[in-house]
Amino acid sequence: MASKPALPQIPGTHLFDGECAKKGYALNKMCFSFNSAENRAAFLQDEEAYMTQYELSDSQKAAIRAKQVLQLLEEGGNAYYLAKFAGIFKLDMQDIGAQQRGMSKDEFKAMLVAAGQ
Amino acid sequence: MAKIIGGLGTSHIPAIGGAIHRGAQQEPYWKPFFDGFPPIRKWLGQTQPDVVVMFYNDHGLNFFLDKMPTFAVGAAAQYHNADEGWGIPTLPPFKGEVDLSWEIINHLVDQEFDITTCQEMLVDHACTLPLKLFWPEGPCPVTVVPVCINTVQFPLPNARRVYALGRAVGEAVAAWDSTKKVAFVASGGLSHQLEGERAGFINKEFDLQFLQSLETNPEWATQFSIHELVEKTGTQGIELLAWLAMRAALSTGDNSGVRKVHSNYHIPISNTATGLLALEKF
Repeated sequence: MASKPALPQIPGTHLFDGECAKKGYALNKMCFSFNSAENRAAFLQDEEAYMTQYELSDSQKAAIRAKQVLQLLEEGGNAYYLAKFAGIFKLDMQDIGAQQRGMSKDEFKAMLVAAGQ
Repeated sequence: MAKIIGGLGTSHIPAIGGAIHRGAQQEPYWKPFFDGFPPIRKWLGQTQPDVVVMFYNDHGLNFFLDKMPTFAVGAAAQYHNADEGWGIPTLPPFKGEVDLSWEIINHLVDQEFDITTCQEMLVDHACTLPLKLFWPEGPCPVTVVPVCINTVQFPLPNARRVYALGRAVGEAVAAWDSTKKVAFVASGGLSHQLEGERAGFINKEFDLQFLQSLETNPEWATQFSIHELVEKTGTQGIELLAWLAMRAALSTGDNSGVRKVHSNYHIPISNTATGLLALEKF
């Protein structure tokens, strides 16, 4: 039986499906480990060793080093687990949103406020 | 039989916990959000529920991608909270309502919902913040049955299925041989999107229509596919599924009418359009 035709892409939106879940497993597993303060400290102590321990691919490691969310999504990262990675660097959701939109945090906040008008 | 008093819905955002911890409720940024709560707390003070059934989604605290249940029901005597990776303030453990958990589990499986049961379960901000927002003073006066709906990994259960789940949970509570009073809580939404080039997406028009539908036309949102709901509300706006389950849980039994106690809607807190609603069942 043929698989169902793909649904139309929602612009600027990454649905975390089975493909992403497979691709991003190691990356997300590392981020899940950051629920523990001890693991966050271990990551900060030696980021490279920590990434190797969780068997990240070279391109996943590069995305972690770059701290670029769109790149991490491309590597199969899931927003809920990536948020824990962002938290290590005290980045909040508006920092993350602004980075992905390519705007300043103030511009991003203004955009949100405008959505409520 | 247990008495169902009504349903509550609120957004959950980790930053709310920080604001409560700092006592920032009356700061200009937070005031329009927190000011929605006093009328609802007053109603809760009058109706005095003993137990809350909480429809929410885990954000990668209890569940990882190794095992991702579509629907999970807590059956623990206590639910612990954790800092979720951000070092956010944690709350003391919440008491479970184990008898009701098993009533719900038995009825759901009987109704052909293939759920996961959890006798140990960490609960994240999505489960804890509504309790702190509705009952801010002192120890939490209600026991809890958490019902977790997967919004992390697609495919997600569709809106019609979630509505059916909520309805079945409502039936189980209505049939529970207890003198306790029960409220349903929905935690999540409304429109928001954290990831992608569309991060920061908010849809006020849809949110307001959705809130209205919960009062007058509860199955309205079940006409949409998950794909359509994500398009209309954002990748995290899909958390509105919890609100559908809460509303469906009120639609059972002879007395299936609802009266709005209070509602509030405010944009933005963090990246989120926040909704708040209390419905009394009559």
